[in-house]
Amino acid sequence: MSGSNGNGRVAPAAYPPPVDPQQEFIKRTLDDEDERIDVGVVIVGGGTAGLATANRLLQLLADDPETMERLGEVPVAVIEKAKVCGGHNLSGAVVRPGPLEELYPDLTREDWRKEGWAFGEVKKEAVYMTPTSKLAIRIPPPPPFKNHGNEVISVSALARYQQRLAEEAGAYVLTETAATQLLVEDGRVRGVRSGDKGRGKDGEPLGNFEPGTDITAQFTVLGEGCWGHLTGPAIREFDLAEGAEPQTWELGVKEIWKVAKPLDRLIHTIGPWPVKISAKYGQIGGTWIYPMKDEKTGDDLVSIGFVVDLDYADATTSVHDLLQQFKLHPLVKKILEGGERVGWGAKALPGGGYWSMPKLTMPGALLVGDSAGMVDTVALKGVHHCIKSGILAGEAIYHALKSGETSLEPYEDAVEASSIGKELYEVRNTRQPFQKGFLRGGPIVNLAIATKGKLPAGRLSWHRQDQKPMFIGNTKDGYPKPDGKYTFDKLSSVFITGNATRDDAPNHIRVQKNVAREVAETWKWMCPAGVYEIPDDAPETGNVDVIVNYTNCVQCGAITAKGGRLTTPEGGDGPLYQQT
Amino acid sequence: MSNILVYALHYEGAFNKNSLGAVAEASRLAGELGGEAHAVMVGESISGDLAGQLGGYGAAKVFTAEGPEGLAGPVIDTMGKLFDGGDYQYAVFGGGLLGFEIGAGLAARINAGVTMEVTGVNVVDGKLVAERPILGDSSISTSRYKDKGIIIARLNAFEVKQNGGGAATVEAIATELSPQAQQANIVTRGEQRGADVDIEGASILIAGGRGLGKAEGFELCDDLAKAFGNNAAVAATRAVVDAGWYPYAAQIGQTGKTVSPKLYLAAGISGAIQHKVGMQSSENIVAINKDANAPIFEFSDLGIVGDLNKILPKLTEAVKARKG
Amino acid sequence: MKIAVLVKEVPDAAVQKRIDPSTGRLDRSGEKNLNPYDTHAIEAAMQIKEGGAVTVDEIVAVTMGPESAVRALHKAVSLGADRSVHLSDQALAGSDVAATGYALAQVLRRESPDLVLLGQQSDDGECYTIGAVVAEYLGQPSLTQVIKLDIAGDELTCERQAEYGYDTVKVKLPAVISVGDAINEPRYPSLKAIMGAKKKPLETVSTGDAEIDASKVGVDGSHVSCGDFKAPPSKSAGLIIEDEDTDDTVQKIIAWLDERKLLA
Repeated sequence: MSGSNGNGRVAPAAYPPPVDPQQEFIKRTLDDEDERIDVGVVIVGGGTAGLATANRLLQLLADDPETMERLGEVPVAVIEKAKVCGGHNLSGAVVRPGPLEELYPDLTREDWRKEGWAFGEVKKEAVYMTPTSKLAIRIPPPPPFKNHGNEVISVSALARYQQRLAEEAGAYVLTETAATQLLVEDGRVRGVRSGDKGRGKDGEPLGNFEPGTDITAQFTVLGEGCWGHLTGPAIREFDLAEGAEPQTWELGVKEIWKVAKPLDRLIHTIGPWPVKISAKYGQIGGTWIYPMKDEKTGDDLVSIGFVVDLDYADATTSVHDLLQQFKLHPLVKKILEGGERVGWGAKALPGGGYWSMPKLTMPGALLVGDSAGMVDTVALKGVHHCIKSGILAGEAIYHALKSGETSLEPYEDAVEASSIGKELYEVRNTRQPFQKGFLRGGPIVNLAIATKGKLPAGRLSWHRQDQKPMFIGNTKDGYPKPDGKYTFDKLSSVFITGNATRDDAPNHIRVQKNVAREVAETWKWMCPAGVYEIPDDAPETGNVDVIVNYTNCVQCGAITAKGGRLTTPEGGDGPLYQQT
Repeated sequence: MSNILVYALHYEGAFNKNSLGAVAEASRLAGELGGEAHAVMVGESISGDLAGQLGGYGAAKVFTAEGPEGLAGPVIDTMGKLFDGGDYQYAVFGGGLLGFEIGAGLAARINAGVTMEVTGVNVVDGKLVAERPILGDSSISTSRYKDKGIIIARLNAFEVKQNGGGAATVEAIATELSPQAQQANIVTRGEQRGADVDIEGASILIAGGRGLGKAEGFELCDDLAKAFGNNAAVAATRAVVDAGWYPYAAQIGQTGKTVSPKLYLAAGISGAIQHKVGMQSSENIVAINKDANAPIFEFSDLGIVGDLNKILPKLTEAVKARKG
Repeated sequence: MKIAVLVKEVPDAAVQKRIDPSTGRLDRSGEKNLNPYDTHAIEAAMQIKEGGAVTVDEIVAVTMGPESAVRALHKAVSLGADRSVHLSDQALAGSDVAATGYALAQVLRRESPDLVLLGQQSDDGECYTIGAVVAEYLGQPSLTQVIKLDIAGDELTCERQAEYGYDTVKVKLPAVISVGDAINEPRYPSLKAIMGAKKKPLETVSTGDAEIDASKVGVDGSHVSCGDFKAPPSKSAGLIIEDEDTDDTVQKIIAWLDERKLLA
């Protein structure tokens, strides 16, 4: 585990995070009954998938008072660590409308817009290659990029709406509450434990300390989003990933701009500028620019974002700064210039797709949405799968509750047979070839897209991203110096997320603090919130001490892909995304 | 109805600086309105000489009333009575704890409009119009009064200005304490408690950041603060508090304390936004940083690009020499 | 005894606050929360109740605000209040500080608590004064920014930091006390308390219920109006000195400080 000498290639996996998830995050002895809170179904994560589960389940229960009655005083509890549902949610997002229309049959798309979470139907779209910082070449949209008829939405606004529906239907939505431990007893998930509040920097209880509570339930839904805190231990505990490929991650950073004149089309760009696509740098990235008409305020908004596969090798890759760089392209400038940035955020997403998906059920619990890895990173879409998985989970749980069945296995088959299974199977081998680099892998990707997944046949594998050896390259040389008006630094970006993390809270990020410079630089550049810092006087080569400014953290989760582990902070901490 | 009543707080034979600013401002405004500024003092055995001094700041007349000091109730009673019987439309306060309490209570007593945290007052069409910063100083709103108006200033908003006038007419008046005023009694006043770091109350703050290099670097800040004297204190950024270089009580920033001293001297602070929101309303910002690109230079009034280890000790000596 | 705690729903500190130019009022469309300063008042009430020096029969949270303010009341109740009262009426919209204080005083009259507690300021209005206004309308003594509160019989001993140092004041009940945020560290509500909050009594009262004179509240009943919102004056660019000769640099700093009377 030696450090490096000079600009060697060091993999973050050489510095595994100091954490034992099975030990720390699974609780095998339940508190006494009178100390527990007993609910019917507990849903971990008030995001689009978890709340779709709640919404669908409560729709079914509303027509079946008998089953509802049996669930007790709290039929459904949703645990959400943000201040409000949606506060930690971020996506592009342009969605296929089907699952939302299925879940909310009484709502028209005009209603969605009036509620403030949908921003218009896609009527025109364009895909560009950007060979250089000046050039943009319009290309015919590859089939997965076709978005005609889809809807631009905000997941943070959608989740707020879903929360309201859930509460009106009888759910208890416990915001500002982290689920820190999975309760497992006799080989079955029994619920979750909520996080303690009021601990000091070193974990010591402060004067206002309030311990967490065991929340027991008949069924537990893990809808924690990308790399859930409890999902990982659950997958290991119940061997759900047996035979699956390792999960891989991508990191997206987005901004919302209020613009002077409305954008008339949906835009995707596929590079290569400003990323370096050679196998050495290993950067795969793309962007989106979506028009958003805010019908509540009348504002013309634009969502712009940059996504990079975290399989890259240059430690100086910074998605936030790549986005700033990308904004200088004339194609973007003519859209944003004269406008004002009103939102910013960052979030990792699972990119492994079909072959990385774990088994979705275990005794007493199931996985929905990004926790299950349901993202189609070819079409850049996952929200409709999140909603659909929530619908299917809600139905599976309802039927189990009604019939007294203890297994949730039917959910597994329902997902496989649904649009989720079909769509993700089609693109199952599409992205893996990029591991060879964009140029060598590109033709295979095109083959996979062109044949709708029939070729290449079989199963292409993924490798773990923390095993990628890192080197200190020169991607950083292209980043613009922020001017505070059009291009921004990380900290002023974190600031507008409303990030409020208690200064004297314990550190929720587990990383080794003395690591090879290559690894430290990786973290420093990768983190969109400026959490990791290398002291000025650190040695140029060999190991360095990393300063972890964990109170900046926006909980994007990227660190988990590159050698660290994000755990849940105190409930209520972190950003408060509004329209991301 | 064109006279202005203004409250003058005194303690141990001297006026509060903010009250003197309020008297000067009230005098200016009364002049524009074509009236006079009259001051009110409430206390135990107020000397006529002291009261008369307010003439030098523009008060045409000073009312003195016998009553307990340090509490709002007796002053509300006194001023309320003057409003009842006199030719007053406005009352002005220099801010501070008592100013806020008296101004608010008086507004309820005499059915007046009240604006607090006022930073500027103008005369428009023969009426006073007050400006106050709102929403964390991101915007300034203008208050207009329907009839009677009360203005409570932000500390240091009004300049203490002597107008060269002679002693004011002093008139002792009797005041009758309302039942509620009799229900509060001061036990001890003005007790000094050292020890605690009071960065919010200090008028000069020497703030240290990561650029100090190590915990011992704060000695440079401590020395400079001492050279400035009693009103100075040392503050710190979150980064150095996190690093354990300085106590949490001194932390400034988004989730720490928000300060607005007269002088904020930032040593080795880059000026990250979380820090900026905690100190940007400081009156004068001086920054010393070796990095010419540090964001703090974008909002400092005086920026020094250089090595604080060289500059701070010499600056401390120079300040000491000046303070003598 | 009975303690009433005045609370307020404010935009969450994380939400960018802005004035709606069409109404001249704060745009309250974003996330809202219980005013964080009020949690100190609730905690102070809880500490009196738990302290045992007096018997507290009831802690009542009282607010004035739109329908959404119910959430702030739920939070207040989860922190320990036994029940809550919500003064909600269109007629109250646009009330200034004095009118708001009058309306709250009218609601408090119905409750006739022995002690009214509130936070030192609201996160949005930053007025620091509502307590003094309420007290005046109730004809009760009042103190603001109290950082230590002891109770014995019908007398409070309060400490606060005033202009010249720390003052200790004895106040006879009934009284209105606004507490500073240094008075305590508010507790976190337990999950059980959060889940139980919706079940505690919540009474909604109108201006008529509280016998509020409609001519004294709302825009028409207010004595001051705010408008003409403008950006604060931008600071002119600062002076930058490159330190080449430190003695010379220090002389320049001293001269600069002198000019601004900062060395006086």
